[in-house]
Amino acid sequence: MKKQSPISTDAEWTFELIERYEAEIGRIAANFKLDTYPNQIEIINSEQMMDAYASVGMPLHYNHWSYGKRFLDTSQNYQRGRMGLAYEIVINSDPCIAYLMEENTMMMQALVIAHACYGHNSFFKGNYLFRTWTDASAIIDYLVFAKNYIAKCEERHGIDAVEAMLDSCHSLMNFGVNRYIRPPVLTPEQESKKVAEREEYIQRHINTLWTTVTIKESSENKQANFPQDPEENLLYFIEKNAPLLEPWQREIIRIVRKMAQYFYPQKQTQVMNEGWACFWHYTLLHQMYEEGLVTEGFMMEFLQSHTSVIYQPPFDSPYYNGINPYTLGFNMMIDIKRICQHPTAEDREWFPDIAGSPWLDTVHYVMKNFKDESFIRQYLSPRLIRELKLFSILDNSDKPTLKVSAIHNEAGYKQVRNDLANQYDLGYLEPNIQIYNVEVRGDRSLTLRHFVHQQRPLAESVPSVLQHLHQLWGFDIHLESVTAQGEILKTFHFPEMRPESL
Amino acid sequence: MSYIIDRRLNSKKKSAVNRQRFLKRYRKQIKRAVEESLKKRSIEDVDRGSDITIDRDATTEPFFQHGRGGSQTRVFPGNKEFSTGDEFQRPDQGGGSGSGSGEGSASNTGVGEDEFTFHISQDEFLDFMFEGLELPYLVKKQLKSTTNFETHHAGFTSHSSPEKLHLIRSLRAAYARRIALSGPGKKELTELKKSLWALEEQPVNESNSRKIIDLKKKISELKQIDKKRIPFLDTFDLRYRNYVRVPMPSSKAVIICVMDVSGSMTQTIKELAKRFFILLYLFIRRNYQKTEVVFIRHHTRATEVDEQEFFYSRETGGTIVSSALELTADIIEQRYPQDQYNVYVAQASDGDNWDNDSEICCKLLQQRILPIIQYFAYVEITSGMHQNLWNEYKNIQEQFANEFAMQNVRGSADIYPVFRELFASKTEQKS
Repeated sequence: MKKQSPISTDAEWTFELIERYEAEIGRIAANFKLDTYPNQIEIINSEQMMDAYASVGMPLHYNHWSYGKRFLDTSQNYQRGRMGLAYEIVINSDPCIAYLMEENTMMMQALVIAHACYGHNSFFKGNYLFRTWTDASAIIDYLVFAKNYIAKCEERHGIDAVEAMLDSCHSLMNFGVNRYIRPPVLTPEQESKKVAEREEYIQRHINTLWTTVTIKESSENKQANFPQDPEENLLYFIEKNAPLLEPWQREIIRIVRKMAQYFYPQKQTQVMNEGWACFWHYTLLHQMYEEGLVTEGFMMEFLQSHTSVIYQPPFDSPYYNGINPYTLGFNMMIDIKRICQHPTAEDREWFPDIAGSPWLDTVHYVMKNFKDESFIRQYLSPRLIRELKLFSILDNSDKPTLKVSAIHNEAGYKQVRNDLANQYDLGYLEPNIQIYNVEVRGDRSLTLRHFVHQQRPLAESVPSVLQHLHQLWGFDIHLESVTAQGEILKTFHFPEMRPESL
Repeated sequence: MSYIIDRRLNSKKKSAVNRQRFLKRYRKQIKRAVEESLKKRSIEDVDRGSDITIDRDATTEPFFQHGRGGSQTRVFPGNKEFSTGDEFQRPDQGGGSGSGSGEGSASNTGVGEDEFTFHISQDEFLDFMFEGLELPYLVKKQLKSTTNFETHHAGFTSHSSPEKLHLIRSLRAAYARRIALSGPGKKELTELKKSLWALEEQPVNESNSRKIIDLKKKISELKQIDKKRIPFLDTFDLRYRNYVRVPMPSSKAVIICVMDVSGSMTQTIKELAKRFFILLYLFIRRNYQKTEVVFIRHHTRATEVDEQEFFYSRETGGTIVSSALELTADIIEQRYPQDQYNVYVAQASDGDNWDNDSEICCKLLQQRILPIIQYFAYVEITSGMHQNLWNEYKNIQEQFANEFAMQNVRGSADIYPVFRELFASKTEQKS
């Protein structure tokens, strides 16, 4: 290939240079079949970056004290030099908004464009979780709606009432997502019809549920639980069934629920998302170097940033803070490419389906169809386990000692891979709490069940969360920790029951 | 297609509202922290922002998560010497296991930091510091002293003095009037003009030219009448600029700091007094647009001095408090008229006074000072017995409970509480 002259040799960036780099990176990315939303690149300064941090990365968000807290925390840590700010923030929207810091050098801007505007962007557009659960073209409009709606509620019902509502919703935010049921794809007509139906439906539904006229029921019907099957989406259940909430309160629950659902795919694909983005900034910038568009000095600077981003401190290092998702993701992506291009006998045994296949199609397939948990379960290779020297520790609180249950050897690969995959399974990380029953004919109390997994108890935060739940539901709340055998281990109540009533 | 946008000039204060909400929510905790830090810090720093530390526990947002215990497996990188089946003691919290991602990402922020520290600005600091304090009789004084006026332009009027005449408006009104009134005559005039033009078109002959002359005569007559009938400018047209006088409450204050600098006042006592004066200055300055400070120091003789000299120059000798009070009264009478200034007097002393002088002080206060000022605050900085001045002042406090306050200060930690007490809002005291 004929070498071209480099785009720039200076560390300073200008808008013209960013445009040229962006165009070149875009051209190369298209050659690698990266399918992206249009990019909207915004240059911001550090203070704006801190604002973005505080409002969970979104360009606009409703007001809440907790975002103020995050802002104070970030700015304090930043000004004290305890932390650096990210080089970029990218938002899953269409057009895909990426924030670039003005302090970045030209090399950093190019790196960030490759990483965010082509790496993350194509991941948002391609990965099945994002495709199923988020609507990139609508999110900004929805944020505008949410911000205005909540501001209007504050005007009408007072800041304190709205704040209390949001506090309660936020505490249940992790339990405001549908994990398994996927929404059917609706046509626009169905969508608008549904909106109209929803309001009427909710009110009617609540009225029938709480009707005071006693209905004679056959005795076998009386024992049936409400809801019939346990409900995992707590906020959804409350929005639809809480007896005392006003319409605006239901709408606020809905807003928080929608936001939780929007962020849910990001929580489940951190390793893949970062791995994919790192893989592409690495690949794209190397391609630029091959074409002579960037200098050797540029590449040295780039590699230095790149290696520090994907550095994994060992477990006994003072810098160790869990497994670095950039390291794991990037190495796995590179490893998949290697398995495709230069498979060893071991790879052929472990990955017969991809060993020797065209690498570009394979990485695209992987990006589209997996989340962290299944990605690791499927593609973490013995070679990478050896390289990272991964090992599993079994921590059983019944035993005085920790046990090394598997290491990076022939006997341990599957075990380590399984353990690591579980570590990224949200269903495994978060306690499994579901709505079990409502005392429809009695005191309207709400009973939740915590299905205990591997004897792991709930944290001390339970009473405060139950208080929030009580605030939303309006009647007594009970929470039971239940083993797989159906034995109730422990119960929590809000308001606390007096001993004699137990 | 990509767009590149420069957002750097956009507003940076996006988080301001959320920040305010946070400060409001944790008002109590922050106030406590401000008060704590005030006790410890040197007074020169008070007028600056501050790092505030509150308990992180209070600010956590609870959610369901796993607690410690049970059985779980975690994967770590960088194995060196372990092989399968090794067992070892559980390390203390933190270290390798505490921050594993097995705990869920949220607990990472909680590990190791029980305190939440953040920065608040000078204004916010003072707000927290002075919350609940209320200037004594500020409202009363502001209403009473509405003797200052400001003139504001307020539209136009039809009656006023000639120098306020607005030419353009007047002429515009006249023009409009002329158009309106010239209606009826105009019809006739145009008719005549039309027939004149018609005649002028025709070929010239005797009868025609006579008619033309007639018509011209009539037209000019009509015009003359019109001019006489409709004056160019009528008194009715005149417009004047209108001004109104708006009463402006006086927002000026003066603080007169009086301090004993006799031999018995050590530098430590002066430092304490200084803290008190600065606190007073900060407090009063926040409530008025303009605040002046006068420093009067005295031993047996009183002089007005600048700040530096007031606090730091060394003097010795006996003590005659009345000399300072007399000077205070003179200065107020000469320079700070009651209707323009809100006068505050603060006196700091170790309580020492020449025996027979205290009575004179009382008379001065009762007759010359207290009737014309807002508030007189006396702090006695001593850890010993109270002397005669204190006792005399006690009587005054009974007579002038609203204008006079006195407190005893022992150490620097006392300054702020005493200050608060001196200026505690009257409403609070009543309830």
